[in-house]
Amino acid sequence: MSELRAPAAPKRHLLSIDELDRQDVERILETAESLAGSLEREVKKLPTLRGRTVVNLFYESSTRTLASFELAAKRLSADTMSIRSAGSSVDKGESLKDTALTLAAYEPDVIVVRHPSIGAPQLVARLTDAHVVNAGDGKHQHPTQALLDLYTMRRAFGRLEGLQVAIVGDVLHSRVARSLVQALGLVDARTVLVGPPTLVPRGIEALGCTVAHDIGAVADADVVYVLRMQHERMGQAFVPSLREYTALYGITPERVRVGQVVMHPGPMNRGVEIDPRVADSGAALVTDQVRAGLVVRMAVLYDVITVAPVELRERAEVA
Amino acid sequence: VLVGRDGRGDSLTLEGRVLAPTQRIDESLTITITDGVISAIEPGSPGGRVIAPAFVDPHVHLRTPGREDEETIRSGTEAAAAGGYCAILAMPNTDPVVDSSSVLGALVERAREEAVVPVGFMAAISKGQHGQELTEMAELASAGAAAFTDDGRPVVSAGLLRRALQYSALTDLRLALHCEEPSLSCGGHAHEGSVAAELGIGPYPSTAESVMVERDLSLARAEARPIHLMHLSARESVAALEHAQANGVPATGEVTPHHLVLTDDAVRSLDPNTKMNPPLRGEDDREALRDALRRGAIACVATDHAPHARQEKDVPFEEAPFGVTGLETSFAALYTHLVAPGILRLEALLERMSAGPARAFGLEEPRIEVGARANLVALDLDDEWTVAEDGFRSLSANSWLLGETLRGRVVKTVADGRLAYESSGAP
Repeated sequence: MSELRAPAAPKRHLLSIDELDRQDVERILETAESLAGSLEREVKKLPTLRGRTVVNLFYESSTRTLASFELAAKRLSADTMSIRSAGSSVDKGESLKDTALTLAAYEPDVIVVRHPSIGAPQLVARLTDAHVVNAGDGKHQHPTQALLDLYTMRRAFGRLEGLQVAIVGDVLHSRVARSLVQALGLVDARTVLVGPPTLVPRGIEALGCTVAHDIGAVADADVVYVLRMQHERMGQAFVPSLREYTALYGITPERVRVGQVVMHPGPMNRGVEIDPRVADSGAALVTDQVRAGLVVRMAVLYDVITVAPVELRERAEVA
Repeated sequence: VLVGRDGRGDSLTLEGRVLAPTQRIDESLTITITDGVISAIEPGSPGGRVIAPAFVDPHVHLRTPGREDEETIRSGTEAAAAGGYCAILAMPNTDPVVDSSSVLGALVERAREEAVVPVGFMAAISKGQHGQELTEMAELASAGAAAFTDDGRPVVSAGLLRRALQYSALTDLRLALHCEEPSLSCGGHAHEGSVAAELGIGPYPSTAESVMVERDLSLARAEARPIHLMHLSARESVAALEHAQANGVPATGEVTPHHLVLTDDAVRSLDPNTKMNPPLRGEDDREALRDALRRGAIACVATDHAPHARQEKDVPFEEAPFGVTGLETSFAALYTHLVAPGILRLEALLERMSAGPARAFGLEEPRIEVGARANLVALDLDDEWTVAEDGFRSLSANSWLLGETLRGRVVKTVADGRLAYESSGAP
């Protein structure tokens, strides 16, 4: 009798929120919750991913995302290393393809990719056997940010379903906004995008949100999610001045009502998109988001490496 | 203006259902070719292949001189022959740009050695395609230029385009225009619409094309000069072209197979072979293009065959260059996606791939008659084949059809009297 072999588990990546369903989101958030409990212990390190390797490949500057992925891997006892484009062979003109193949030769379990171009993590996923986690690709997706935001909202409100979220600012250039709108849609929360017509892309409603150009639209929201206003957009005539942008869309204490929370993916431009009085108020959950980033990224690393694909589990139950 | 290898021709016979829409021929015939000339057309037995006037592609990037790793005159014309083409026109956006009679003359010489099917070379409208100064159009015309274009780039200055329209009247050659307003397209990598919005790809709105189409048509009308609008993609452009044609402006237009078959939905794959300039647009745009092709407002299919080296397309979507290959797949793609499902009649497709483009550029129409030089394509409409990376004669394989199974195969191509292509499976 021939030996029965389990089929090799198909690769699991986290490239885009688009590829997840509600079950996936809830499972990751549950994992994050239980990991959060373990981090309250005196010894914070878990043996879960001992012997596993996590490579962070970062082609863009990053503080919190890179730091939290590194720390997440370490807290789970994985071996980890981070490669930044500056100071690596990328400086010598090595293509993403060759860099990915080079790193793949070390047989990492996970490659975390941040890149200024949409599609870069997908390319790495096609070229290597590693699980690939998208840590931000161009203006496309930043799925772990969306998950940590959901985690933060759920902690604040005890639920996600039926929450009203207003995302304010430069949606056009924001991968955070795209991922978050999709993620909120998966958990039956409602989203309105608020910003000047030049910074809200045509056709974005197809993601399942509404669009408003008047800041008054934030009044009904449970969560006011403030996007970073990038200075370099001024030269491209998306808005006439930061002064006018702040006057029209800046989140000031007057625009925040009691019971609302304010979130921001960072880094903040205090005095531009967010008034410092709001940023430092009890309504602001910005540091909660950063804390959530660690446990959610731990959960994501655990999830891509260890959780069997949904299809397989369902088949097993039927059998 | 077409350069072939020499005047010699082959002798062969072709038998099948002869379909020459502009000549109203649709019957089973045997065509005898003697020394490259059709010497007899006699009744034949029914069934078998379709024999039609061979195709003409007015928009090919041969990448020569400068990027012979991507395409050469030989490989590009071999690809054309395999696609059923008896003539192609090459774009001047090479390195160096074809903007002087010396560069053009060298290409013509090389084509005499290498070209498997006759090729015509377009020359630039502006020196270096910089949009500043006109090229020496009269000298380029006498050196054999087929038309003038700055393709790859728009003529941004309305003043320069007006002068080009006026001055090119000295040559009888027309201007072929790439319509793109750079201040609207800059940073754009996909059609502005829900797909680009969802994916966060920089938007390239339809207006980037249509405002230039409208400007160029206005200038052509005012100067009473013919223009040809290249690779139209937006329904607003089609409407503007038809409006101008109805008002007597001598304007023609072309459409690519990829704009006729795909929409921007294909971009969701983030496959760099779905990235073209102009970009794949929406369902309404594709419908308008199909309709214009059906009615003849656009009478010309052009591949915009744009070879790229593998390493250039093996990168994230936004970093990839625009353009896909098309010479070897155009008939099968359009037969499979438009003719077989009943969207376009076979006769119309054959006409738009042959007589239409020839007329738009004042080239001799391939005809099936005794005494004419043989320019014929034999097609097996039932044959199915799968587009594979290693199946191309082109040096590049950046096709939007990789892995797709198509119906309809070019079996033989006779170009300027020579048997330029014969599929390996052909009896």
